[in-house]
Amino acid sequence: MREVYVIGSGLTKIGNLWDKGLRDLAVEAGLAAMEEAGVDSVDAVFVGNMMSGILNAQENLGAYVADYLGLPGIPAFKVEAACASGGAAVVSAAMAIKSGLFDRVLVVGVEKMSDMTATEDVTSALATASEADYEMFWGASFVSLNALIMRAYAQRYGLREEDFGWMPILMHKNASDVPYAQLRFPITMEAYLSSPKIADPIKLLDSAPMGDGSAAAVLSASERRDGEGISVALVGFGSATDTMALYTREDLVELKGAKLAAKRAMEMAGVTPRDLQVLEVHDAFSVMGYLNLEALGVVEPGKASRLIESGDADRSGSLPVNPEGGLKARGHPVGATGVYQFVELYRQLSGRAGPAQAGSPELGAAMNVGGTGSNVVVTILRRVS
Amino acid sequence: MWAFNPSIPPIKREMPSRYRLEGFECHDCGFRSLPPRQVCPRCGSRNVSRVRLPRRGRVLQHTVVHSAPRGYEFYTPYVLALIELEDGTRIFSQLTDVDPEEVTQGMEVEAVLRKVRVGGHGGPVAYGLKFRPVLER
Repeated sequence: MREVYVIGSGLTKIGNLWDKGLRDLAVEAGLAAMEEAGVDSVDAVFVGNMMSGILNAQENLGAYVADYLGLPGIPAFKVEAACASGGAAVVSAAMAIKSGLFDRVLVVGVEKMSDMTATEDVTSALATASEADYEMFWGASFVSLNALIMRAYAQRYGLREEDFGWMPILMHKNASDVPYAQLRFPITMEAYLSSPKIADPIKLLDSAPMGDGSAAAVLSASERRDGEGISVALVGFGSATDTMALYTREDLVELKGAKLAAKRAMEMAGVTPRDLQVLEVHDAFSVMGYLNLEALGVVEPGKASRLIESGDADRSGSLPVNPEGGLKARGHPVGATGVYQFVELYRQLSGRAGPAQAGSPELGAAMNVGGTGSNVVVTILRRVS
Repeated sequence: MWAFNPSIPPIKREMPSRYRLEGFECHDCGFRSLPPRQVCPRCGSRNVSRVRLPRRGRVLQHTVVHSAPRGYEFYTPYVLALIELEDGTRIFSQLTDVDPEEVTQGMEVEAVLRKVRVGGHGGPVAYGLKFRPVLER
């Protein structure tokens, strides 16, 4: 089957970007990716987005983004998988290339959240990732469902409050020198422990912020080597689902979909968890970051907090995790997040991550989680030189 | 802005489950859940039928919501819980008639009909079975 290469990437700053709308963000990232790839045309566009219908009263995003990118006539699609929309768009584009139908495809992840100014409204929109009639109906916010997972996880493994603080502390430390990150400041354990609870036991400082942003990548069937003869290939990807609602699962703390997606991606790539040298995980909440690490198979169940606390996951550690600050501090523009992770992984492997560069990894994986683990995408990139 | 549709048909359609705990039972693997389904999500069997679930159970896990979605602000802080009914079926609901501080794991609870949300200003009211601590057995 055909190979898939990443040949260009682009991204916008993340934050409350009052002077930029949905189309401005998508165009900024999309054009940057095409410029980096050195191309002015693509065969198709895949747009990853979750909530443009609710937040921006704009659907039909495939046509919308293609139009503003000045790519009239090309096939264009919106791909939605809640918070995993970005990853799902990457996978859709990769499948299109592998099928032989398209040779070069642009993936754009975008979410414009800040135009909905009341927190209750964004909370409602995010909750649509859960089951409307039997979770959201009872007043479930997305945070509250993750709170049930966190409490069950802490009880299962006997974890204390501070065990969950290591994740956001590392994320804030990592993001502090990343130019496009949303929260560029360090936090202390004292600040973590005293931060207010949004849905007990989840604290404000366990949670990714709301923000606007867009990231894009150009995927191609043809290799494109940089000046140093390096290229990056998408060697594995896997998607998987789990039950829509949390209450129908056998075990709250086992992300079956995440494990399956990881297994599928690793089988395609022909690698094992031990081969991975850098990771991008979906730390929308501290506990979710930990569960991602465990689902990827890089730590034993219940030991993820120790991996972070030990320093092994630092940029200079043996297995860097989210060197750009993850969802917690780089930011989490929902439908764009999976593409941010993918772009960051690409930059790590091609040695272009700037201050966030974590050594010179040759193989890495990104895990993008939709819902409470109901739809998960894992991508694996390898440096070719 | 409402992330739910404030109309009557979706309220009416879900009444059997929300008012009477009508769910389904798989005759092959024994899995029970809400709402009724045509296919068992655990084993894929279509050998399923409707079943009335028991109205009592216990709290397995719970959380207290301080930052609510639109339409639920009135209830904050409120308790959401994963509840195991007397037959072992797990459902998700809101607790009522209880101080959030007093909710404990394993607490016995029983279903009671309560208002859940109002669809906009003067819109239709959706009711459902919330759960309260068992007062006496």
